[in-house]
Amino acid sequence: MNAEIAGMIGKRLLLSLITLLIVSFAVFFATNMLPGDTATILLGQAATPEAVAGLRHAMHLDEPALLRFLRWLMGVLTGDLGTSYANNMPIAQLIGYRFVNTMELAGITTLVAVPLAMTLGITAAVLRGTLYDRIVTVLTIGVISVPEFVVASTAVLIFAVYLKWLPAISFVNEVHSLSDLLRMYTMPVVTLTFVVSAQIIRMTRAAVIETLSMPYAEMALLKGASRSRIVLKHALPNSLGPIVNALALSLSYLIGGVIIIETIFNYPGIAKLMVDAVATRDLPLIQTCAVIFCLGYLILITIADIVAILSNPRLR
Amino acid sequence: MTDTITNWTKSDDARIEDAIRRGATRRDLLRMMLASGVALSAGGVLFGRAEQAVAATPVSGGHMKAAGISSSNADTLDPAKASLGTDYARCCSLYNRLTFIDGTGEPQMELAEKLETKDAKTWTVTLRKGVTFHDGKTLTSADVVFALKRHLNPAVGSKVAKIAAQMSEIKAIDPNTVEIVLNAPNADLPFILALHHFMIVQDGTVDFSKGNGTGAFVLETFEPGVRSIVKKNTNYWKPGLPHLDSFEFFAIPDATARVNALLAGDVQFCSSVDPRAAKLVDGQKDFRLSRSTVGQYTNLNIRLDMNKPDFVTGMKYLVDREQIIAAALRGFGDVGNDQPISQANVFHNPDLKPKEFDPDKAKHYFEKAGVLGQSIPVIASDAADFSIDMAMIIQASGAEIGLNLDVQRVPSDGYWDKYWLKAPIHFGNINPRPTPDIYFSLLYASDAPWNESQYKSPKFDSMMLEARGLLDQAKRHEIYNEMQTMISEEAGTIIPAYTTNADGISAKVKGLEVNALGGMMGYAMAEYVWLEP
Repeated sequence: MNAEIAGMIGKRLLLSLITLLIVSFAVFFATNMLPGDTATILLGQAATPEAVAGLRHAMHLDEPALLRFLRWLMGVLTGDLGTSYANNMPIAQLIGYRFVNTMELAGITTLVAVPLAMTLGITAAVLRGTLYDRIVTVLTIGVISVPEFVVASTAVLIFAVYLKWLPAISFVNEVHSLSDLLRMYTMPVVTLTFVVSAQIIRMTRAAVIETLSMPYAEMALLKGASRSRIVLKHALPNSLGPIVNALALSLSYLIGGVIIIETIFNYPGIAKLMVDAVATRDLPLIQTCAVIFCLGYLILITIADIVAILSNPRLR
Repeated sequence: MTDTITNWTKSDDARIEDAIRRGATRRDLLRMMLASGVALSAGGVLFGRAEQAVAATPVSGGHMKAAGISSSNADTLDPAKASLGTDYARCCSLYNRLTFIDGTGEPQMELAEKLETKDAKTWTVTLRKGVTFHDGKTLTSADVVFALKRHLNPAVGSKVAKIAAQMSEIKAIDPNTVEIVLNAPNADLPFILALHHFMIVQDGTVDFSKGNGTGAFVLETFEPGVRSIVKKNTNYWKPGLPHLDSFEFFAIPDATARVNALLAGDVQFCSSVDPRAAKLVDGQKDFRLSRSTVGQYTNLNIRLDMNKPDFVTGMKYLVDREQIIAAALRGFGDVGNDQPISQANVFHNPDLKPKEFDPDKAKHYFEKAGVLGQSIPVIASDAADFSIDMAMIIQASGAEIGLNLDVQRVPSDGYWDKYWLKAPIHFGNINPRPTPDIYFSLLYASDAPWNESQYKSPKFDSMMLEARGLLDQAKRHEIYNEMQTMISEEAGTIIPAYTTNADGISAKVKGLEVNALGGMMGYAMAEYVWLEP
């Protein structure tokens, strides 16, 4: 690796940090625009002005919002995520196992979706114009067009309510064996695979087709290289940049965007935690969730960028 | 006599069962069935069937999973802060109250052995002996004093701080006796102490994460916003209870997903089945609906300080109650007569008739108020159940006589903060409360915190105070009857219907009864139900 590449990567990382700071401030600002605060929401209908004032004081909510934000930021920098306004539990504890759940779901989905989607994408590109290619293309468009809640609800109706093969909701806390794991994760993972694969398939197919039409691919063909060798050795490494980018975008969705899946399968992940936190105006929790989502996104995008830089022969 | 009865569903069975449990006689039941158009000959069959169901002996054991409507990271094990059904259900399984309200709506003793007063002002609570907390400590008067006094501290954020404020003195007389002095006589104290928030926690508790109470279950797992699991308290002071070995409670906010979980057999109980999905549950042999109409309602509030009284009267005639029940509630409701005390309450005034749907009369009042031709905004939201459908129905009736109601649908988030009590015309949503006094002081007294229509009447206020201190129930009933009439005629709150809550249960769940505090037996279901193996 030469100095130029190191410099580019360093710049990327610095930009990521600045983005993170901007995002957390933007989220803080947006949260403050919402009507009501934790005290009014916790008291609900019982919120008389005196009760709200009393609780606000007890929770230090009467301090300036910016001060609370800065305090939270300082805490995060020193590794202290603070405590939730809504239930006084340490945020690290609240987020902890739900983050693990989300990563589990994202991980399993990645393991299933990425090899599947890339294989389909590459084979469709190689067999461009054949019946196989057309079937794959039509199916991916079909899958992109159907919203995930339709896929998930239909799956629940068929496999849980009528056939009773799988549970309608995911009790991930009760996974003790491989068969439990299969039962609990099959429907959420299949639904998510539907959503993320379609993009990857289309992107991979397009990128591989483009590279295959390059002069050097033709040159390799003329030199008598086998088709699989051309694709795997010549075309794929050079189309890696756009493919990894598509992968990063699709996978980043798995960290924060799976709220619909979490709702339908009652899966205790982190997206629902943040939605709850917004509903209760639980500022430290919202901030921490937002930073985690943003961090996940940035890590994936940065990795994609680095891979793109490294796979660029001009920079190698 | 025939064994096949047409038009008879599982929920009708449940209703009969409930009636028998509540002490209905055979004659009552026959009258009930005649009213619903079932042939007299069928009565015998049904009665026999229902009696069998009631007579079955409870079986001990089993793990029950139940799904509520909503939970969030604000879930708590602190009864003072409990706000959602999930909190109530959890707290009911872990803690006890001094009193509780039974199926007939009357207060019964729980942790209190006796609750005595001569003047409804100074009350002596004698505690039950030999009750222990989950950690082994014996219940004493210090715990009760601590648990009640907490509500007066604003830092606790108690939901019943306002109600608790009337307890001016709470002190321990001896280890087994507590004296509560109220700042004014209130004969309803036994009902008030039965509210979920007044559950008894141990003296000095600051950290509620252990759920250390005297209740039927011991906390095993509590994950806010996810689930809670409680295990049978083998030392429970009520003999023979609970029947279940363990009880798991969590929320599935999505109504369809909730019913699906029941139908798929993942849970044995799901709260609040959407009337639209009711047929799905009711028609099947493995499931049934448990219905309760205990006084919950969605009402249209017209602020009297911002609207003309003639307009309010016109609106009362414009509301087609039957249509609202048929279309908005899909049959899940009883006609309301514009005051909060429902048929489920012993103080309900049966002589007070609801206003007839009469567009001509309504038009007359609207002309008098001079509002025809103007655009009048009405705020509705998903936050107030069924309010959007109700608003559309009223809007359609208005359009026919030239009243232009502009229905504005606003988001649920922030509704109670931004629109409720504030907009000139908006919807409210009130949960069941055990006594008329709580409804009146909360909603209709001149200084009521939730005076939805800004109703002010010195006469009403003085009647409320008078009735509150009365230990003579008959005299009290008389006053409450008149107060109900006053609200119905004078206040700007239109209560078209009392809504029926329908919970979906597996046919294996037995022992579930109707309770005046709401569905799930007033949320205390876990302690009493049992599962058929």
